[in-house]
Amino acid sequence: MFAAIISLALLGFALGYLLGVAAIHLRVKEPEIIQELEALLPGTNCGQCGFPGCPAGARALAEGTAPVTLCPPGGKPLAAALAAKLGVEADLSELDDGPAPVAQVIEALCIGCTRCFKVCPTDAIVGAPKQIHGVVSDACTGCKKCLGICPTMGIKLTRLQPNLATWQWPKPADANSQPESQQAVRDDDVEAARDMMEVAR
Amino acid sequence: MIVITPQAGPHVRNPGKVPSLMAKVVLALVPATLFGIYLFGLPALNTVLLCVVSALFFEGLCVRLVNKRLGLVLADGSAVLTGLLLALTLPPWAPWWIAVGGTGFAIVVGKQVYGGLGQNPFNPAMLARVALLLAFPLQMTTWVAPAPLFSPAAPDFAQSLTITFNGAAVPDSLSGATLLGQVKTDLDRGLALPQALGAHFSPLGQGIGYAAGSLGETSTLLLLLGGLYLLWQNIINWHTPVSFLATLALLAWVFQQLDPTSYAGPLYHLSSGAVMLAAFFILTDPVTSPATRAGQLLFGAGCALLVYIIRTWGGYPEGVAFAVLLMNALTPLVDHYFKPRQYGRTRRGKPLPLPPLEKMAPSRRGRP
Amino acid sequence: MRLFGFRGGVHPEAAKHHTERRPIRRLPLPRRLYIPLQQHIGAPAKAEVAPGQHVESGQLLARSQGLISAPVHAPAAGRIVAIEEHPAPHPTGLPVSTVVIETDSEQPPATVPSTEDPFTLPPATIAERVGAAGIVGMGGATFPSAVKLMPNPKQPIHTLIINGSECEPYLTCDDRLMQERPEAIIDGIRLIRHALQARRAVLAIEDNKPAAFAAMAAAARQSEAVEVIRIPSRYPMGWEKQLVKTVTGHEIPHGQLPGGIGVCVHNVGTAYAIHRCLRTRQPLSSRIVTVAGGAVRHPQNLEVPIGARLEELIDFCGGLTEPPARLVMGGPMMGQVMPHLRVPIVKGSSGVLALSAHEVDDGPERPCIRCGRCVMACPAGLLPLEMGARMRHDDLDGAEALGVQDCIGCGCCSYVCPSKIPLVHYFNYAKGELQNRRQEKAKSEQTRQWAQARSERLAREAAEKAALRAERAASKAQQKRPPHPSKEPL
Repeated sequence: MFAAIISLALLGFALGYLLGVAAIHLRVKEPEIIQELEALLPGTNCGQCGFPGCPAGARALAEGTAPVTLCPPGGKPLAAALAAKLGVEADLSELDDGPAPVAQVIEALCIGCTRCFKVCPTDAIVGAPKQIHGVVSDACTGCKKCLGICPTMGIKLTRLQPNLATWQWPKPADANSQPESQQAVRDDDVEAARDMMEVAR
Repeated sequence: MIVITPQAGPHVRNPGKVPSLMAKVVLALVPATLFGIYLFGLPALNTVLLCVVSALFFEGLCVRLVNKRLGLVLADGSAVLTGLLLALTLPPWAPWWIAVGGTGFAIVVGKQVYGGLGQNPFNPAMLARVALLLAFPLQMTTWVAPAPLFSPAAPDFAQSLTITFNGAAVPDSLSGATLLGQVKTDLDRGLALPQALGAHFSPLGQGIGYAAGSLGETSTLLLLLGGLYLLWQNIINWHTPVSFLATLALLAWVFQQLDPTSYAGPLYHLSSGAVMLAAFFILTDPVTSPATRAGQLLFGAGCALLVYIIRTWGGYPEGVAFAVLLMNALTPLVDHYFKPRQYGRTRRGKPLPLPPLEKMAPSRRGRP
Repeated sequence: MRLFGFRGGVHPEAAKHHTERRPIRRLPLPRRLYIPLQQHIGAPAKAEVAPGQHVESGQLLARSQGLISAPVHAPAAGRIVAIEEHPAPHPTGLPVSTVVIETDSEQPPATVPSTEDPFTLPPATIAERVGAAGIVGMGGATFPSAVKLMPNPKQPIHTLIINGSECEPYLTCDDRLMQERPEAIIDGIRLIRHALQARRAVLAIEDNKPAAFAAMAAAARQSEAVEVIRIPSRYPMGWEKQLVKTVTGHEIPHGQLPGGIGVCVHNVGTAYAIHRCLRTRQPLSSRIVTVAGGAVRHPQNLEVPIGARLEELIDFCGGLTEPPARLVMGGPMMGQVMPHLRVPIVKGSSGVLALSAHEVDDGPERPCIRCGRCVMACPAGLLPLEMGARMRHDDLDGAEALGVQDCIGCGCCSYVCPSKIPLVHYFNYAKGELQNRRQEKAKSEQTRQWAQARSERLAREAAEKAALRAERAASKAQQKRPPHPSKEPL
């Protein structure tokens, strides 16, 4: 029995040592991964990830000190792309699925100071001194840089409501996992039908 | 934000539902089951009831553990069907723990650990049968000769309880052997096939099934009847059973032509109830068989090949369960390679070439 | 004539007997009409009228914007009350820009037929007039018809197929139109054939409409130009791809339109609208709508001005007998569920169905048992069960690899599914997600470019500023004339 224990232990040590040696000497040098990650990030250097700019964020990702969900403007698709690039499993269910929020100028508060569009990393805010500014929502990434700089707190983030052109079918409710909510919907349907009867009458 | 989840079409649907499909399959099995109970008496009834009730019990237990909707899952009828199918393949006088343990294995290990209905890679009933055969070879091959209900040899109610629950031994007067087992033993003893067959085999007798065998597998004709009912009701496709039976018959015929003294003919193989049960009820299990027509043809043929190989050259007289499990394992592969061709594309997924214009353009007809 | 089959398909209960024998009735002109500016595939129309203005029947309300678009006309004389947002006939009932007309109590008489012979017009002019009349595909796809009529020298059309199959259950609007106005339809078909310069025109009618077939065959006998053929009833026969396969035996290669193989498909309703547009110079401002379903008291076909709300139609048909389990615009297979009755009829509305609970009868959803019925039923040759399973776990790449983009949304898979899995819903979700993903990708690419442009601009500005400062410093230095120029580098 002792012979077996000793031989197995020796085998374990030997293999472990080999693995350790391999880890040191056969390490793949991967500075290029940082550049690849940086190419995926928006490049706006907005700082929402908590790192000073996208290159620093990419470095943190490569070192494993930041989660793939670090970039709010990139949203779910970016997190999925980063996870695929790094070869890690990521729990994306916590991330927002809806449309990314965009900045909106509250016209009553805007004094036309031009500070906000000087900091906008994508030049998404337009306007001129002493005139009310506007946000080109297609260009806005929701990076929040303009929020803090506005002296009158006249910029807020809003989600764009879906319209006929942007609305997409949501995922069907999983009938097997949520029995109660399913039932609730049915009751609502009946109510709605009653309303329709009322109208039709 | 308002989340609106409207319902997508279609707004009318085919009336067929999973519970009604399962109910029809069970209905198709009823004649063979009743005949088995008639043939082997009350102990057979005990076995059937034990299997069905314990199938429901184990299914309910597992569903409770994972917090699914109990009523919805039990109502789909798949557990009842699994229990019944297993009961039909068991020896009719099997002790209670064979029935309950086998069913538990089928439901828990064969189905629920994978996530329940639709997720299991192997046919649960066949998995349980193979597990029982390997673990309890003696109990699983103790056959009884027919002792029909109301006949003098038939055990009464009290005796049936003793047989099922107290493991009473089968009296020598009633012990029997299946045809396949008998022939295999004879062949192993060095007898030539015609002698071995001649003593025991008559196609009609096999068809009616007044013989020793598994509870519901003796009457080939009743099983065939059930299968035809399923085909008529559109519950199953013809592809799997036809390809299975035809391939088996073809193999048997080819080898019989090569050497009639060693290989039995197509009728011998087709008249076995296990083959018929497999053709219409086991291989057509939608969960574990391919979803495309081409895949189903291949699946049936592969099963037939394996059945023939195991029966003829293998160590077991009956190979259906093993063959089914082996082909179940191949199902994902078959599904992967046998996809239908998409409209407007070649098999490789490239757009179809434009048809030559002169072939399509018709002659001018009439004036506008 | 030899016919060819197509793969898959289902035979739903036709349920057409409620309406197929009743004549089309005209809906009394509602007090108010709600005319959405987007009733077609493509860019929305741009309003040309202002609130308060009075419009004549057939007057242009909104102009088409771009090539794939269609104008909108006033179905009746009246006063524009408002141009504002109203619920669209869409599953969500989201708002759409809508012209609201208060109709005059006295309407001018219908326009007199024009004496001009449209067969003398060049094809391009016909296409132009059809476009100006706002005609779109009346089968429900609402693709602007003029685009399909525009002569394309690269792809000459040899066969014109007129779709009279009406394979959707419940709907009989095309059936009744063919029974009641066959001459007008034949004339419309001949006009389309003239516009396309097609060698052959085939009107295909499913064999469950013998009355329509007889009427059309009789009308077609007068001119040799149109072949009327009977095709087997099988859903989705009326879908363009399946119809082309059935009539010509050729599949439309992936990525091509029917024009790619020299075929053009129009609906009988479109043929009728084209006849009206060219013979009486009337724009498309009304259509035939089937009002049916178990919850409707008197199901029938109505001729409805565009913009009438569903409640007007239901009222005219005697109201509802029970709360409908589902309210559908279009057919029960591919139609869209409507949130309420206060949405208007648009150019593509072929039917209004108030389905009762026993007609909808979905039952609870159960796990997939891999029975493969959906695979056999799929006319596109896809694996609905596999794609559905992928989308349940949000595996968009997997679903895309299986060809979810090729799904035509016909609903055959959901129809046959014994587990009642909402497969079409899953594929709608997949298609939406794929589109979102494409847009997200385009946006992040754009963002990177913007960010780069900005940093380049900032760098340039900084450099300019620095240069300016250096220049100023230099000139200042020159003015001061430093006594020890040799020490300057310090």
